[in-house]
Amino acid sequence: MSIKIENLTHIYNPSSPFETTALDNISFEVTEGEFIGLIGHTGSGKSTLIQHLNGLLKPTKGKILINQVDITSKDVKLQDIRKNVGLVFQYPEHQLFEETVYKDIAFGPANLGLNEEEIKARVVEAMDLVRLPFQELRDRSPFELSGGQRRRVAIAGVLAMKPNILILDEPTAGLDPKGRDEILEQIKSLHQQVQNTVILVSHSMEDIAKLVDRIIVMHKGKVSLIGKPTQVFKEVEVLESIGLGIPQITYLMKMLKENNIKLREDILTIEEAKAEIINWIRGNKNA
Amino acid sequence: MSYEGALYIEFKRGIYMEKMIKVDKVTYDYSNSEKEVIALNNISLEVKQGEFVVIIGHNGSGKSTLAKHLNALLLPTEGDVFVKGLNTKDESKIWDIRQFAGMVFQNPDNQIVATIVEEDVAFGPENLGLQPNEIRNRIESSLKVVDMEEFRHKAPHLLSGGQKQRIAIAGVIAMRPSCIIFDEPTAMLDPSGRKEVINTIKKLNKEEQITIIHITHFMEEAVNADRVIVMEDGDIVLEGTPREVFSQVERLKKLALDVPQVTELAHQLIKEGIDLPHDILTVDEMVMKLCQLK
Repeated sequence: MSIKIENLTHIYNPSSPFETTALDNISFEVTEGEFIGLIGHTGSGKSTLIQHLNGLLKPTKGKILINQVDITSKDVKLQDIRKNVGLVFQYPEHQLFEETVYKDIAFGPANLGLNEEEIKARVVEAMDLVRLPFQELRDRSPFELSGGQRRRVAIAGVLAMKPNILILDEPTAGLDPKGRDEILEQIKSLHQQVQNTVILVSHSMEDIAKLVDRIIVMHKGKVSLIGKPTQVFKEVEVLESIGLGIPQITYLMKMLKENNIKLREDILTIEEAKAEIINWIRGNKNA
Repeated sequence: MSYEGALYIEFKRGIYMEKMIKVDKVTYDYSNSEKEVIALNNISLEVKQGEFVVIIGHNGSGKSTLAKHLNALLLPTEGDVFVKGLNTKDESKIWDIRQFAGMVFQNPDNQIVATIVEEDVAFGPENLGLQPNEIRNRIESSLKVVDMEEFRHKAPHLLSGGQKQRIAIAGVIAMRPSCIIFDEPTAMLDPSGRKEVINTIKKLNKEEQITIIHITHFMEEAVNADRVIVMEDGDIVLEGTPREVFSQVERLKKLALDVPQVTELAHQLIKEGIDLPHDILTVDEMVMKLCQLK
């Protein structure tokens, strides 16, 4: 499913002393099946933006088109939007509430009015996607699981709705490196399997560099940069001036260039850097 | 030579460094009827006055359980923990221990109790029964250390995560502790908030001479420590300077931990037969070493 944002503005507490413009006339498009990284420091408008995408917030001005349908128009049912656009909040495990893992994940599908069989099939599938053993955990209370497992139960609850667009707001915050890698791997493999549209909000430039097709950088309610990771991470000065960084490895390549070692600058991962440096060293020896 | 003179010389030799914390063969057993959980398995550890120690390890390795032993929030099943020579099992000393060893937790929202910044910072000193003048002094100096003086009359809920966490730290320093234990204080913050808090922690160590025990998942935060301790399954499995610890890339990966990206790159290049040291930690070091290969 595609997303098109046109001149979107959102003002909190309008005409009061607390008036704040959280989104300031932004426009961009996301094509079907794209994997987007959304970055920006706290207060840049990221969360406000994603809450518009499934109708939790209404724009002050502007349009949001999901598959060419304007979701701000009055005749669109919110339920239809939310069936298509799945939103995983920050710390989603705080929203677990049921007695068992099964019931918690089944809550969304049950509200779609599906029959028991279909609900069960969806819970099984969603748990499989996030690598939670169905038989072992189905009757356990979500509250006795580890932090990483609880987070995966919460994500499974959204996946069980089979959204065409999956939006995740810092899904790895507070997890240890292993938990982080597992969750990102699962998001990536799901994306490869079903070609869903994914929007990932993250503070980790390393994770963004590894995963996404395009990056949207937000600053003070505006889109300040948009493009492929190699293009966006070239803009070190812009990113640093708005409190963001680039992956350490990209920074290393830039520093090497400044020291007259001629290497490609558009390098985002350790593997690429390794190949490039080895080439350079072997080239030196042959020269 | 006088006794004090002899002590001074010993101090200079580094022999007489006061032990801030001593963990002596501590086991902590959380087992219940359903399953056996040994969160700490016969651990011993000493932290000297003024030291900056970072503890890493994945979730469930026992880091937080250890941290909670250091100011008597948990008591050992076996073994003893001493804070400035006081045993945490001695109930009559518990308030002294908690004043010596303050603690800052992960979620800033769970640590703030008042609706105005300065009242929040005053909470601890008020409970110590101090005079109003002294309380006012402490609020002022604590907010100054964390660089939040201009926010003293603000409401905490209007602050950013990094600012809230610095208020929580001010509340702890207002108790004048000798040691602060940070349990993943940056886990919920964005990169700029994380930087603010890390700079504050470094300042507490360097300028206020407060002993720091910092638990984190972010390996970059460990690079500047005096000592890094790695935990796994309730045991200390690696210990040393950041260079000693991070040069063991394979070992850390087996423990499902990260190393800085440049350290990992250096490790991979060494495997390809390129002559680089094993203990590269920063971009600058890597650039320097590669330039030497030119």
